[in-house]
Amino acid sequence: MDRGPDDAVCRGAEPIEAAADRRRLKRLAMSVVAAVAPFGVAFGAVCSEAGMSVAQAMGFSTLVFTGGSQFAAVTVLADGGAAVAAVTAGLLLSLRSLAYGVVMAPVLEGPRWWRALASQLMIDEAAAIGTVSEDPALRRYGYFAAGLGVFVVWNLTTFIGAVAFGDAVDLIERFGVDATIPAAFLGLIWPRLADGEQRRIAGLGAVIAFLLVPFVPAGVPIVAAAAAVSIVRPWEPRSARSIESAGEGS
Amino acid sequence: MTVWFALLSLAAVTYLFKSAGPLLLGGRELPPVVDRLAELLPAPLLAALVVVATFTDAGAWRLDARAVGLAVAAIALWRRAPFVLVVVLAAAATAAARAVGA
Repeated sequence: MDRGPDDAVCRGAEPIEAAADRRRLKRLAMSVVAAVAPFGVAFGAVCSEAGMSVAQAMGFSTLVFTGGSQFAAVTVLADGGAAVAAVTAGLLLSLRSLAYGVVMAPVLEGPRWWRALASQLMIDEAAAIGTVSEDPALRRYGYFAAGLGVFVVWNLTTFIGAVAFGDAVDLIERFGVDATIPAAFLGLIWPRLADGEQRRIAGLGAVIAFLLVPFVPAGVPIVAAAAAVSIVRPWEPRSARSIESAGEGS
Repeated sequence: MTVWFALLSLAAVTYLFKSAGPLLLGGRELPPVVDRLAELLPAPLLAALVVVATFTDAGAWRLDARAVGLAVAAIALWRRAPFVLVVVLAAAATAAARAVGA
């Protein structure tokens, strides 16, 4: 689409196109919002299975609100892992919010309290829909549509899962709810596995964690899997690595 | 107690990650190594979670009905099934395997 120097001018000139863009973003946001519903139920159920209260399940979904790292932390706690291991596993997964914040910061303008509040929605889905367009107003719209939508549905379904399975933990096994977590994580990394580098570190991480399980306290295998990234030498700047590999090729 | 401590610590630091860009950075960029780690860490961690949640139980290796669910999920993903269907199929396959006594 055409972008003028000022998006208000742009919208004034092409109201129909802008409205169509908004509708398209809204549809995209709705689809990611719908996709989190089963995981919300599963998260609530897993919290119940781990012996946590409904308030604790809701605490994770409102205060932490990250999806993946909530699951990681609760998985570690459910296996009897220490709080430090649970928090570390969760933080390694939520580190990417830092990168999303940098990407979204330019379009989240406003008073400090407003930016502080808006930051809580800095999750995969909001950052993804918030970067579909290049237009600042549409980016902001996508961020809030996906972020708020996921926040509401995620918390609602966490509550449903925690309450529905709270009194009937055996139903979790009977309906195979415990299998939804690994399936969901596999779904999340699936697109990354198309890339050779990501495939290598994912495979190595899986092997490290699996081998360590019987020998170290719960949670440590997950945290230790992070060491797999060292095989691609992340501390070296990208340009140096590409020069080096170009040198190897010649 | 452990749960609340873990919950609140995780919430606090995660919020720092989320809000650093909009509140503190003011247009500056992240050091390249942080950017790169954020891009690389999810793959090994999520893969580790998949393996630990499927093939272990209470600190021991264990092969049971969950492996059936994971295999079905992998096939569904390979066949490009929608995300929600992948999860539902995995649960159904695991439930079915348990029903027949796997």
